[in-house]
Amino acid sequence: MALILNEEQKMLKDSANEFLAMNAPVEQFRSLRDNNYQAFDEELWQEIVEMGWTALTIPEEYNGLDFGYVGLGQVMEEMGKSLTKAPLFSSIVLAGTALVNSTNQGLKSTWIPALMNGTKRLAFAQDEQSYFDPSNIATTAIETAEGYVINGHKKMVVDGAGADGFVVVAKTDEGEVGLFLVDANCKGMAITTEVLLDAGTYAQVEFKDVNVGSSQRICETGKGDELLNLINNTAAICLAAEMLGMITEAFGQTVAYLQERQQFGKRIGTYQALQHRAAKLFCEIELCKSIVIKALQGLDESAVNLDELASLAKAKLGETIKIVTNEAMQMHGGIGVTDDVNIGFYFKRARVAQRLFGDYNYHLDRCARLNGY
Amino acid sequence: METTMKTALEDFRLETRKWLEENCPASMRTPVKDSGDFFWGGRNATFQNEDQKIWFEKMLEKKWIVPYWDTKYGGGGLSDAENNILTQEMTRLGCRKPIFSFGISMLGPALHKFASEEQKMRFLPEITAGKTWWCQGYSEPNAGSDLAGLQTKAEDKGDHYLINGSKVWTSYADKSDWIFCLVRTDFDAPKHNGISFLLIDMASEGVSTRPIKLISGKSPFCETFFDNVKVPKENLIGTLNDGWTIAKYLLTHERQMIGGVGETDVRRELHEIAKENLPLRDGTLADPVLRSEIAVQGMNDSIFEMTIQRIMDEAKTGVNAGALSSFFKYYGTEQNVSRMELLTAITGSDGLVWESENEDAKVQARLFCRSKGNTIEGGTSEIQLGIISKRILNLPS
Repeated sequence: MALILNEEQKMLKDSANEFLAMNAPVEQFRSLRDNNYQAFDEELWQEIVEMGWTALTIPEEYNGLDFGYVGLGQVMEEMGKSLTKAPLFSSIVLAGTALVNSTNQGLKSTWIPALMNGTKRLAFAQDEQSYFDPSNIATTAIETAEGYVINGHKKMVVDGAGADGFVVVAKTDEGEVGLFLVDANCKGMAITTEVLLDAGTYAQVEFKDVNVGSSQRICETGKGDELLNLINNTAAICLAAEMLGMITEAFGQTVAYLQERQQFGKRIGTYQALQHRAAKLFCEIELCKSIVIKALQGLDESAVNLDELASLAKAKLGETIKIVTNEAMQMHGGIGVTDDVNIGFYFKRARVAQRLFGDYNYHLDRCARLNGY
Repeated sequence: METTMKTALEDFRLETRKWLEENCPASMRTPVKDSGDFFWGGRNATFQNEDQKIWFEKMLEKKWIVPYWDTKYGGGGLSDAENNILTQEMTRLGCRKPIFSFGISMLGPALHKFASEEQKMRFLPEITAGKTWWCQGYSEPNAGSDLAGLQTKAEDKGDHYLINGSKVWTSYADKSDWIFCLVRTDFDAPKHNGISFLLIDMASEGVSTRPIKLISGKSPFCETFFDNVKVPKENLIGTLNDGWTIAKYLLTHERQMIGGVGETDVRRELHEIAKENLPLRDGTLADPVLRSEIAVQGMNDSIFEMTIQRIMDEAKTGVNAGALSSFFKYYGTEQNVSRMELLTAITGSDGLVWESENEDAKVQARLFCRSKGNTIEGGTSEIQLGIISKRILNLPS
């Protein structure tokens, strides 16, 4: 398949760019932060639903657009450029993927329309440690006569505060992971929030003998590991798309600064020491663009090497976003480390985005394992 | 209509496959070890063996020496789609190119774009027949990165030009029949505006060559000297003093070749070689540092390949990819140099063998040394980064 956008995908990208420039510029990110770290703007979220972005990856049988992940990836990329805060990633990319690929018809018909219409939203509770390690889940779901009892502690739950429920990853009696949809108001749950350096709020969720009905299990026995892997691949690829937007915006602002900032009576972009560093970043960003579109296509085609594409994407983008945002700070000089300009937002958000769903090291290691070394 | 076309192409594929299977000798389907395995053509053409001769002559008869050039120049007249199929089928069977020729890869495209019809009829059929071995005369001892500062002089003597000067890094000049050269025809104009593109017969009186030995031991490179060489005026290609336009066009071409764009050779994965040579622990390479270096190399190699595809796909939709040739050249050669460095680490002392009774054993150390030239030839990495920063990023001068 050609590694380019088709006309419809291009139009979607352009319209997302226009919409966000009008309705959610970086200044909105700043004001949300300054307003006691507000997670997102409800009104904007409803407008995003009306734009159809929540329906892009939802199948037609649920009245979704079935437009695909290449499309959703363009939206994520544009949101990355403007640092837009909205629960699209948590409720659609994470919980949405869990439900669309669920074998539980009851949950699907209730929740997919609710997520797509934005009337409800779900968060995804997986991490338990300070690092990403989906193969070591300590949270348990013990089968009872009526359903399951869940015990465990989750952290780094994106958009967890105020969510209507959680997709919870827990080890079952069979020794595989199971995914459970747990209402936020279930007894035995304690939700606390923390603000990380990207000004985003992340929840910690304590599950203490939380009873859930057997109808809340998202996928049947024997399919849990596979579904979790798909969710994590999808998350890594969509995050990579968002990171690409952040990278291109931070780089664009930096190049613009090199073109205008004067020192020693010359524009600093005339200095070869800076020119060559900028040119090297350009090259790495060209690679980033390729792996992002390739991996998004891989999601749409259910590529056989999706694991590798996801890890290549998250590893490459994780590597590049670190270099690009560090260089952006350095090349902006003193002004870059002040809170008055926006470049620091990209630097800070980059650190969280590259940590979520596996950092550079995790995914590079996974690439090696997938290739048998 | 479209279905008919598809069927015709499928037929072409099957016929091609059958023809190649019947006509390409088995030994011509093995990978080439080095440039000595190629057939180079030329006035004094010598075949390494009988199979090479058979293969060249079969392809010549089929007009597939340059399958995609016009038949009036001795080409095969194949469409892009047909030519792609032929390339795919040759790759599938592992068929070698029947000839290795800078006439095909470098000069040909320039002649197509800039030469008069008369010149095309004179030079292109000689290329498609494998009768002329061409070399390139660009760099000079004092014009390396600053190529446009070249000083080889072509004086207008009425019916001919008189050439004086020297060229360096002229690959195979000692074996070539002709050279395509950048010469200075105007010393008063700004340096880019006084250069012309000239074709010179290496048999002309006053031309001499001297081979250059590289750190890899041997090399095809030469210095080429011009001492009062007379060149007929009809050998000038394009407009007088506008040779830089042709040079830029050809350099773009060369950068893509060196950067590995369009390369069909399948290189072995480094991790496969590592697994054969190095100890494993729990199914992974026991050396964690080398393991991560191999993973980084593998990541960037595979994503660079995707990037070549993406940019070519974009070019098909009309996006101008011209300035990106510097990206290809820079990134492709940097990757190759780091790959060779890693290969040396992976193979340990075996990869350091310089002389041995076993010819195969000494190949890698020499290739490793040779790779150090990759980020220099065809415009250094620094020159490419400069082009990217000025032409793509629009950073000020």
